[in-house]
Amino acid sequence: MTEPLVTLTDVVKRYGDFTAVHTLDLEIGAGEFVAIMGPSGCGKTTTLRMLAGLEAPTQGEIRIGGRVMNEVPVHERDTPMVWQSLALFPFLNARENVEFGLKMRGVEAGERKRRALEWLERLEIGEFAERNVETLSGGQRQRVALARSLVTEPQILLLDEPLSALDAHLVIRMQGVLTRLQRELGITFVYVTHSQSEAFAMADRVVIMSQGRIAQVGSAREIYRAPASRFVAEFVGRNNIMKATMTHEGLETPFGFCNAPPEASLGDRFTLVLAADQVEISRTEIAWHAPLRLISEEFIGSVVTLFFETEGGEEIKVQMQERALAELDLDSDGPFYARWNLKDAHILPPETT
Amino acid sequence: MTRVLPIVLYGWLALVFVFIFAPILFSVVFSFNSDRFPTIPLGSFTTHWYETIFADPEIGEAAINSLIVSLSTSVIATLLGFCTAYTDYRFSFRLKGPYLALILLPPTIPLIIMALAMLAWLSWIGASGQLWSVIIAHSVLTAPFAMAVIRLRLNQIDPNLEAAARNLGASEWTALREVILPFCRPAIISAACLTAAVSFDEFAVAWFVSGLNKTVPVVILEIVQGNIDPQVNAIGSLVFLTSITLVVLAQVFFISKVART
Repeated sequence: MTEPLVTLTDVVKRYGDFTAVHTLDLEIGAGEFVAIMGPSGCGKTTTLRMLAGLEAPTQGEIRIGGRVMNEVPVHERDTPMVWQSLALFPFLNARENVEFGLKMRGVEAGERKRRALEWLERLEIGEFAERNVETLSGGQRQRVALARSLVTEPQILLLDEPLSALDAHLVIRMQGVLTRLQRELGITFVYVTHSQSEAFAMADRVVIMSQGRIAQVGSAREIYRAPASRFVAEFVGRNNIMKATMTHEGLETPFGFCNAPPEASLGDRFTLVLAADQVEISRTEIAWHAPLRLISEEFIGSVVTLFFETEGGEEIKVQMQERALAELDLDSDGPFYARWNLKDAHILPPETT
Repeated sequence: MTRVLPIVLYGWLALVFVFIFAPILFSVVFSFNSDRFPTIPLGSFTTHWYETIFADPEIGEAAINSLIVSLSTSVIATLLGFCTAYTDYRFSFRLKGPYLALILLPPTIPLIIMALAMLAWLSWIGASGQLWSVIIAHSVLTAPFAMAVIRLRLNQIDPNLEAAARNLGASEWTALREVILPFCRPAIISAACLTAAVSFDEFAVAWFVSGLNKTVPVVILEIVQGNIDPQVNAIGSLVFLTSITLVVLAQVFFISKVART
């Protein structure tokens, strides 16, 4: 990581008896794209609002660019935010919306207009500059909101679930727009979302939060392949989480055996995390493996997820290419068998709680 | 049945409108009638009664008084209404319920009681019988209407709008000026028209507290008390025209912006 631009040290936010954020420590580098992800109420938005100065931390310290920000009022921060609701000013047209931040900084009208148009042009909505924002489409409004936040050329941009109101195909396009912008501008993006696909697709680093605490920080790959806890493994989905015990025959799971980790000794218990795309499923019987029954299937374009169950009701998810399905002959009766390689699985550290 | 019902309902609607507007319509018709008494058949068409009211200095003075009162009331009541509505929107505090209830109380008090109370209070503090006594009383009376209209508009605001302005560098006062006021503008105009109309028409309170500074409704009563005078129809028509214009204006702003979903 480069020089940290943002440092949160021991940051706590309480509302009465409720603690929204517990002693948070986080460094965000200059020019880094960080996504903060977690379920509703995990404290991700509160953290973002504290960076913007819309909430004051109950304790701890927030520094941006080396300056302690705790006492700096919102309007003196230069930490623009893209809001979930966009919060465009409905009584102003697109250009006037973009000009707002410049107007507040006392930039003269001609200069304001020039810079606003430049940004609208850059986001490919120059032709809508004089349009009422309420007549624009979701994607266009999104671009106005981005231009409005970036026109003052800040060092950091805060984004609060900005794509959650868009159609799926627009989300993908806007993800492209955002990552390109961030790379071109070289500024820090802090992106709050509950969507794993958005976070994983765009961020250099992903911060997973749960109940006001950081559950894991790492690249998308690290978080997906090596979750730090059961919570993270469940949250990022498409993972199988299974209990495993070291036996004479190898590592035993409800679905069968796999090779044992070298350092394991007899009787050791583990929790294995196995990505759904690392499971191999076949019709051929494998000795000592549990016969599986197909419960349901889920198509997502070219990838399909199959859900299997043992006789004991233990469920396993398998993800595969749609074209590989034919070999499995899903429609005929008879059991399936699962197998995988330990090197593709991840062993969770023992839970502290 | 499905075709008969709409016809019946439209018929009913027409009857309601006739019932409401017939007296006003008659008043307008008789204001142009040359006969002294409002009887049918009508006499000839005349603008005589309008000429006499424009020539009457007492009515002219009352009209000016009414204009001053309704304009001042409109400004004061709208300002008060905006402030209370914004307080309600922006802040939460203990006793907010009672605070709002107290503010919305005046229109629920019978006008005659309100008028008597105003007279007693204003004369006790030595402020009765002046034009501004009427302005004070009318402001108290109409501020709740202004508040209700503006509050409705504030309920539609994106709760992040003000924060977004501050996030972009606006101080709290600047955000109020640059975001909240422009957002509320249609409601503010609507509230101003509405309060002006209510004040312009209001009789009971004005009669009690105006003293010698009579407003138009007070003068109308005095004319009617004296004798039957078709001038009243002429004044009434003009007052109606003024009020209905203000109310329609209020509605135009209200419907075009505030009530749009």
